[in-house]
Amino acid sequence: MKTFRIGGVHPAENKLSAAEPIIKAELPKVAVYPMGQHIGAPAKPIVQKGDKVKVGTMIAEAGGFVSAPIFSGVSGTVLKVDTVIDASGYAKPAVYITVEGDEWEEGIDRSEKLVTLKEKPELTPEVIVDKIKAAGIVGMGGACFPTHVKLCPPPGNTPQWVIINAVECEPYLTADHRLMLEKADQVLVGVDLLMKAGKVSKGFIGIEENKPDAIKLLSEKCAANYPNIEVVPLKTKYPQGGEKQLIDAVVRRQVPAPPALPVSVGAIVQNVGTAYAVYEAVMKNKPLFERVVTVTGKSLKYPRNFLARMGTPMSQLIDACGGLPEDTGKVIGGGPMMGKALVNIEVPICKGSSGVLIMNEKEARRGEEKTCIRCAKCVGACPMGLEPYLLATASAKQMWDKCLAEGIPSCIECGSCQFTCPSNRPLLDYIRVGKTTVIGIIHARKIAEGTKKNI
Amino acid sequence: MEVILIAVIVLGAIAIILVCSIFGVGKKFAVKEDPRIGQVQEVLPGANCGGCGFPGCGGMAVACVKAADAGSLEGLNCPVGGADCMKKVADILGMEVAVAAPKAAFVRCNGTCENRPKVNVYDGVKSCRVANSTSMGETACAYGCLGCGDCEAACQFDAIKVNPATGIPEVDLQKCTACGACAKACPRSIIEIRTVSGEKKDAFVVECMNKDKGAAAMKVCANACIACKKCENACGSDAVHVVDNKAYINPDACVLCGLCYEACPRGTIASVSVKGIERKPKTKPAAKPAAKPVASGAAAKPAAVAKPTASAKEWKPIEIKWNAPLMPSQQILLAGPKDISNPVAPAKEAQFEPKRTDAPLPPSQMILLGLK
Amino acid sequence: MNKLIVSLSPHVHSGDSIAKNMYWVIIALVPALLCSFISFGVGAIITTAISVAACVFFEWAINKFCLKNPVNTVCDGSAILTGILLAFNMPSNIQPWIIIIGAFFAIAVVKMTFGGLGCNLFNPALAGRAFLLISFPVQMTTWPLPGQGFGAYLDAETGATPLAIMKQAFKDGDMSVLNQLPSFQDMLLGNTGGCLGEVCGLALLLGLVILLVKKVITWHIPVSILLTVVVFSGLLNLANPVYANPLAELLSGGLLLGAIFMATDYVTSPMSAKGQLVYGVAIGALTVIIRTYGAYPEGMSFAILIMNAFVPLINAKFKPTRFGEVPAKK
Repeated sequence: MKTFRIGGVHPAENKLSAAEPIIKAELPKVAVYPMGQHIGAPAKPIVQKGDKVKVGTMIAEAGGFVSAPIFSGVSGTVLKVDTVIDASGYAKPAVYITVEGDEWEEGIDRSEKLVTLKEKPELTPEVIVDKIKAAGIVGMGGACFPTHVKLCPPPGNTPQWVIINAVECEPYLTADHRLMLEKADQVLVGVDLLMKAGKVSKGFIGIEENKPDAIKLLSEKCAANYPNIEVVPLKTKYPQGGEKQLIDAVVRRQVPAPPALPVSVGAIVQNVGTAYAVYEAVMKNKPLFERVVTVTGKSLKYPRNFLARMGTPMSQLIDACGGLPEDTGKVIGGGPMMGKALVNIEVPICKGSSGVLIMNEKEARRGEEKTCIRCAKCVGACPMGLEPYLLATASAKQMWDKCLAEGIPSCIECGSCQFTCPSNRPLLDYIRVGKTTVIGIIHARKIAEGTKKNI
Repeated sequence: MEVILIAVIVLGAIAIILVCSIFGVGKKFAVKEDPRIGQVQEVLPGANCGGCGFPGCGGMAVACVKAADAGSLEGLNCPVGGADCMKKVADILGMEVAVAAPKAAFVRCNGTCENRPKVNVYDGVKSCRVANSTSMGETACAYGCLGCGDCEAACQFDAIKVNPATGIPEVDLQKCTACGACAKACPRSIIEIRTVSGEKKDAFVVECMNKDKGAAAMKVCANACIACKKCENACGSDAVHVVDNKAYINPDACVLCGLCYEACPRGTIASVSVKGIERKPKTKPAAKPAAKPVASGAAAKPAAVAKPTASAKEWKPIEIKWNAPLMPSQQILLAGPKDISNPVAPAKEAQFEPKRTDAPLPPSQMILLGLK
Repeated sequence: MNKLIVSLSPHVHSGDSIAKNMYWVIIALVPALLCSFISFGVGAIITTAISVAACVFFEWAINKFCLKNPVNTVCDGSAILTGILLAFNMPSNIQPWIIIIGAFFAIAVVKMTFGGLGCNLFNPALAGRAFLLISFPVQMTTWPLPGQGFGAYLDAETGATPLAIMKQAFKDGDMSVLNQLPSFQDMLLGNTGGCLGEVCGLALLLGLVILLVKKVITWHIPVSILLTVVVFSGLLNLANPVYANPLAELLSGGLLLGAIFMATDYVTSPMSAKGQLVYGVAIGALTVIIRTYGAYPEGMSFAILIMNAFVPLINAKFKPTRFGEVPAKK
């Protein structure tokens, strides 16, 4: 079975909600839309207090090339343009909408009929990319990189494959799994569209072998209708769902250190949720305003998968699962390895919210930190071939040149090192600080050089 | 006996040969260095703190010699050694030295455990830099002190320590050398190196960094600045300004009259003096100001004694030492127009003389100078 | 409702801990411990017990009185492990006061002065053994013969070990001396003279399997050491049969104990797989050289101590392969 070649760990899978079908979540009373739901410039609000919006109305336009517009998932009146505390823990600008009814924009095709690419020969790659850009589609795996930017690689890079990331290696999360089982046809049309938009002739769908039902279903459908798409079962290992690790496993190519992009080795990687959103945007004229969210946790009464409109506060979804348990210690937006611990449960669902994980007090506390015993387990676990013990110490002592020499910008912040450390050392905490500082220093040096050249 | 003699002679001979060769090598490969650099480095404190802006005292010595050759020691100052040290350096190099105004570090946040309720529990590395990237911190203020002690770790003079009872760092002004290490370490730029007045390091500081609107700021911290502008209106020296929903006292323009401290209804402005840090308790916003005119103060004494106003009890006038180096604004105040052109010289002989400009003085200065 | 805990990812942990790793190594040593009790009787039990007690006591005392640590590190099992390994490096008829001196050197000087667990440069048990070997050569090199009954202790009969025989053969240039070597079966089952823990090859190999299965160590160091010794001594043996054959080298002396338990010590071994292979090859080569051409019959402990000093250099030069450096294969 294929897998990535360096490092990796095996956290307990805990896929508690794998058998739960997707339920449509109730509409919230007030929907909140933060402006920074993607990588790149935040969106700029184009509505103000008192405006009426429908489901699918654009409420914020893209703030630049690497940016995406935001669409309302509810119909009602704009309450205010204020700030909200989002997953980052800080208050960020957001649009508040009071929900009234459920009126959709005309033009959105709400029928369930499957529309394939064969029926729409007028869709050229450029048209598809424009529709994706107009619909505000970003990477739904959690990174939220604007999809249209990924489909327009810089000159000199020729993509050869589209690789769909249906791995879902994070424990607890089952959103992508359920989406594949329930909307397989639509997902495959979405993959087809992405392949056309990226001008490639071969597509892969990488799925971990702990989802045998999805592998079987998609393989059958691909064999019947899509000979150019191949389903690749992958060994269950974290972080198989990392972009670079996925490319290494599926096509055996390793993306060089930053600033090299995955497209430089010929691969465009998209999440399976993104593929579904692309289908809806291009074929059904539906912009991105709802997504599948897994709400789960060992002490939660009913772990479930929801189809939630963006802007729904997480507290509402948690209530629909039986309410927040008494012994809750942490509420995590995302999975336990890379997710963000939330400051409160009123944080709204955004484009990258793949899951809400409730952890009880005991699970949530970190272990006692001890001295490094130089066991090298972190070195064995790092999927990027770095030395986390060295990077963490150099970062703690603020030795930025040493950090750069040891390759800190290559770190993908997967958390495998800290997961496996027997001394419970906060390796990733220090490495993150070092990574942001070093990248900032490199950026500042480039600007200084550029200014010098101009003078 | 012979054996010992032979051993001693042989070892002695080896020793002499080695000493001669080391001496010869030392002479041949000696690095030529300006002897003044070594002399200057001798008188520098040797703390290698970087407060001067150069890499260690060695770097400072090189810079001083270079500057002396260039013509002036302007801009070079060792905050640890202070004026005495710079005078010695100047003497060695045969230059004159300008005395820089004394400075100290101030923590511009008073969000103690009492003032700022905690809304989360932070579990992670005890570092302000890391906590800052995690979330707003354990409280709901995105601008306030995180209390993890990066400043305490950065200080080489043991001058700043986080008080475990309040969660806020406290600066020991006697030990602080204003090297700036704590200010650099703070990820929220809460610590500022400010000019202080005199050896006792008197100052007024606004202890809040919150840039949110007043109502929102009050919700997260009892000590927050609500940008009511009462301090800005009370100030007669144009030193206090409310920018970005928070007040800021410019230390170079402040004359230490204390009116902003008096006027602040939230007690956000702190008074720093030899007695330590004093903060006014909050006055209720609805309370009537005790606006008894000063002239009738004597007549109303029995009533005043029966119910002293908070301000009269708390605030004691700050003694302005006339033989300490004066702030430029104070010199303008005391000296005549002809002295404005030379504000840097320490006015040792400046006596309290009623020499003033023709423009009318604001009431605050009149009271201060005992003219009213 | 309680306040929510906020921290940075990852929010789960594998559950691994220092104590878990140390105790699995101790469990892997149990077969060898039992074999030593059977071979050497009550002397083995007393030696091991005194060694462990002395190591634990010194670490506890230093933590409590010198370092004034709020949490005593003696709970993580590394002192017990050092005690057992130190005992395994001594003959069973050694006087108790020598054991205590050795324990003091190993814990206080080699481990705690450098900063405690994780900071020592040399393997404490091996450094303790080397210290005792040089300070008390006679007591450390008179080994009792095995199988003298349970009650044998200080008065056990002593005799030559396989390594001493091999050294004698080389010195004399006489191959026939090698006929005195015990059979492979004897060496595998612990029926020879030697230090406590090094005689029973089978028990040590069983320990290796336990460590590999439980993922406490990786295969790189033991395999590279053993392979190098086999190859190197095999070449020597082919050239001139006065050198002992590779299998005898493999099963005699502290080679198996050193390769499986001493060289794989976390703190003093290299951090990357490449580095570990280089480390293992160098130890193997040095062991054979010291055993053959050096003054001491046993070279393993010195070889490991010498390579411990080189580990920082190995760490700096042999970095793990970074992602993206592997040439593309398609």
